[in-house]
Amino acid sequence: MMERPFAITLDVGSSRANKTGSWRTERPVYVHRLPPCSSACPAGEDVQQWLYDAEEGDGGYERAWRRIMDDNPFPAVMGRVCYHPCETKCNRGQLDEAVGINSVERFLGDEGIARGWRVEALMPPSGKRVLVVGAGPSGLSAAYHLARLGHAVTVYDAGPRPGGMMRFGIPKYRLPRDVLDAEIERILDLGVELELDRQVASVLDDMVAGGFDAVFLAVGAHLGKRAYIPAGSAAKVLDAVSLLRSMEGEEPPQLGRRVVVYGGGNTAIDAARTAKRLGAEEAIIVYRRTRERMPAHDFEVEEALEEGVLMKWLSTITNVDGGKLVVEQMELDETGFPQPTGHLEELEADSLVLALGQETDLSFVDGVPGLEIEDGVVSVDETMMTGYPGIFAGGDMVPAERTVTVAVGHGKQAARHIDAWLRSAELTPSVERQSADFGHLNTWYYTEAPRSLRPQLEAARRQSTFEEVVGGLDESTALYEARRCLSCGNCFSCDNCYGVCPDNAVIKLGGRDEPYAFDYDYCKGCGICAAECPCGAIEMVPEEI
Amino acid sequence: MSAEKLKLYQVGTFAVGNRLLDPEQRTVQARMERSNTLTSGHRACRGCGEALGARYALDAAMRATDGRLIAANATGCLEVFSTPYPESSWQLPWLHSLFGNAPAIASGIAAALKVKGRNDVRVIGQGGDGGTLDIGFACLSGMFERNDDVLYVCYDNEAYMNTGVQRSSATPPAARTANTKPLGDEPGNVFGQGKSAPLIAMAHEIPYVATATVADLHDLEDKIERAMEFHGARYVHILVPCPLGWGSEASETIKIARLAQETGLFPVFEAEAGEVVAVSPIRQRVSVEEYLRTQRRFAHLFGDPPRADVIAQLQSRADRNIRRFGLLAEEAA
Repeated sequence: MMERPFAITLDVGSSRANKTGSWRTERPVYVHRLPPCSSACPAGEDVQQWLYDAEEGDGGYERAWRRIMDDNPFPAVMGRVCYHPCETKCNRGQLDEAVGINSVERFLGDEGIARGWRVEALMPPSGKRVLVVGAGPSGLSAAYHLARLGHAVTVYDAGPRPGGMMRFGIPKYRLPRDVLDAEIERILDLGVELELDRQVASVLDDMVAGGFDAVFLAVGAHLGKRAYIPAGSAAKVLDAVSLLRSMEGEEPPQLGRRVVVYGGGNTAIDAARTAKRLGAEEAIIVYRRTRERMPAHDFEVEEALEEGVLMKWLSTITNVDGGKLVVEQMELDETGFPQPTGHLEELEADSLVLALGQETDLSFVDGVPGLEIEDGVVSVDETMMTGYPGIFAGGDMVPAERTVTVAVGHGKQAARHIDAWLRSAELTPSVERQSADFGHLNTWYYTEAPRSLRPQLEAARRQSTFEEVVGGLDESTALYEARRCLSCGNCFSCDNCYGVCPDNAVIKLGGRDEPYAFDYDYCKGCGICAAECPCGAIEMVPEEI
Repeated sequence: MSAEKLKLYQVGTFAVGNRLLDPEQRTVQARMERSNTLTSGHRACRGCGEALGARYALDAAMRATDGRLIAANATGCLEVFSTPYPESSWQLPWLHSLFGNAPAIASGIAAALKVKGRNDVRVIGQGGDGGTLDIGFACLSGMFERNDDVLYVCYDNEAYMNTGVQRSSATPPAARTANTKPLGDEPGNVFGQGKSAPLIAMAHEIPYVATATVADLHDLEDKIERAMEFHGARYVHILVPCPLGWGSEASETIKIARLAQETGLFPVFEAEAGEVVAVSPIRQRVSVEEYLRTQRRFAHLFGDPPRADVIAQLQSRADRNIRRFGLLAEEAA
């Protein structure tokens, strides 16, 4: 007698003979949409993907770190100095507060350093040689990616230490040097050769002399812009770039008790906060427009104000002499441009720091045929190549926003294009992904979870020391923060689709890359799975009839 | 339910499962080895809430009883769409009763098992709101008052859907059905009629009574599991939206069930021996209008002229539930 299930006496056919998939007019399809964080990252990090790894904790941290390292060799630096456009765009911001992506990245970066995680080259040696001019964020990023792609890379830098503006522009209280050194060391460990104090007089000469197949230029913008201000003989005027650079020397600069900083960008804020730490009783920022129009990031302005930096809005400096400045009040016209009012006042100052922007010294590319310079920066095409075949450029010396993250992104982009150029291959463009907007999410499912804040050094110590101002998150807080990620547009295995299908037409495979599959034999196309997917990773597509 | 605060797992226990969650905290539906008591190929409409609710409840009961379960099923949609002879979608021992005697059949199975000394096998009776609240009500009440060892589950889609959407005693006021037309001064089903089966069940002082919706799976499964811890008569009443009868989008079945709970129109609670012991508080309160607008059976309230007065009456029903069951944390105090 045939074995039958408990209490079954009659054989019946299963309804599985009835393929209800034929009812369907629309079919659900799993998609991977591009989350706003990843789309906003200037360094091209797949933020949502590494948060997904980090959410698992333990072994997930190293996977997350490696995923960042695929795009960016500086997670610990990024976690401190990036202005995190990812967080500005984060969909969670519309729910409660953006995910603290930057603080998670810092945690992962610090873990990487503490645990001594290393990366290896991805490709065997190609036999090609690439010269990188400038060991700043862009140059080092390019060198890192080129080395992983199998090329022999040599970096020349005119300075005494590598890091460029990360060392000579960003103050220690924002980026401790041991962190920077550790991440640079990891790049050099890939076999990248670094020559310091190495000026490049003519790039073509060096290219030929060194037998290089391609060159990446990333010398940055290290010359402080000067504005014409009539100045007497006794005036102490210096530019912010020089001030910040001299902080890396033996002798701290002497600025006096009252320091005035002229300008409204992030460099002006860095200069004023540095002056305060050097002992200035008053550090005053003079800016010709209003706070709302300051190019500096608001949180940095806020931190400076907390430290006692003073701000003088709508003011220009018209004269400097012997410890006195003449300041003229301005007003904004209807286009928002500042116009002089004729109201003058005097301001005492022992020194004046000019933070009016930076320029690039481009004399080393004089006479390179085809290389074009416009508005003081080098023109490049969409492959980051200059008008001279084989010479590429990036970072602050090409037209773009001047941030470390943008520079790192340039380095990666350039490296991929240089690699393609050296191999005479076409770079296959990555597949365009639909964006994952807030409207794609079903936010009901996410647990309420306010953002965790990073600890800050108390104000008294911030005014007198160069200790790091913003602290890191501990392990459990970083994990919590990573898990606040909504995983926009990408499945995170919540089992909703598997659970909510009235027809059991979702098969749970349990795999990491493909957790579920649709059983189109039975799917009636009701669309509950798509409607109840928290993260918008299912799309309903019309059937062809 | 667990009172301890969970570490954050993105979706906590709102979603069906979650790869980060301890397997014990995931739902039965999240498991690869769930019973699928109601398997694929059934002929329920697209987006059927009842098909979903039945699988949720029976899979949870199968897990709680280690698969030693027999079900008696009243005539109705659930029976018609699952068992056109010779096909069956049921993957458990299952009996089809008449429209009105499923509770009696279930009582009989329980009695037979008792005679045979089979105390390892448990019994479920189930049906829709018509078979339960109207036609089968005498059998149900008898099963309650004798305290027969049966869990009876009612899948409430608020009308006779199988026969063409006629009014039942679970149809809400103002709803359009085939025999409550949206005409005249009091369009749709009248106010002041109908009944609450869960409250009547509680009046029998049976060991366990609970309500649930297909929108809160963790809660639904917890209640079935809890019901299986008792012997004697138990009653679980599950709200299962019907896209066909309610005139709603097939994809919105769960959303509508969620709105029914979040408006207060469908109070979710559990009671033991006649007393309410727990309620599911409203998480994000919404107005009844948001709920009504999802369904064409209420479309006449938003026609020309709009019936703000009727909507206000429905809102006050929801508000009364919120007061009566303490569905908002601050109003419960």
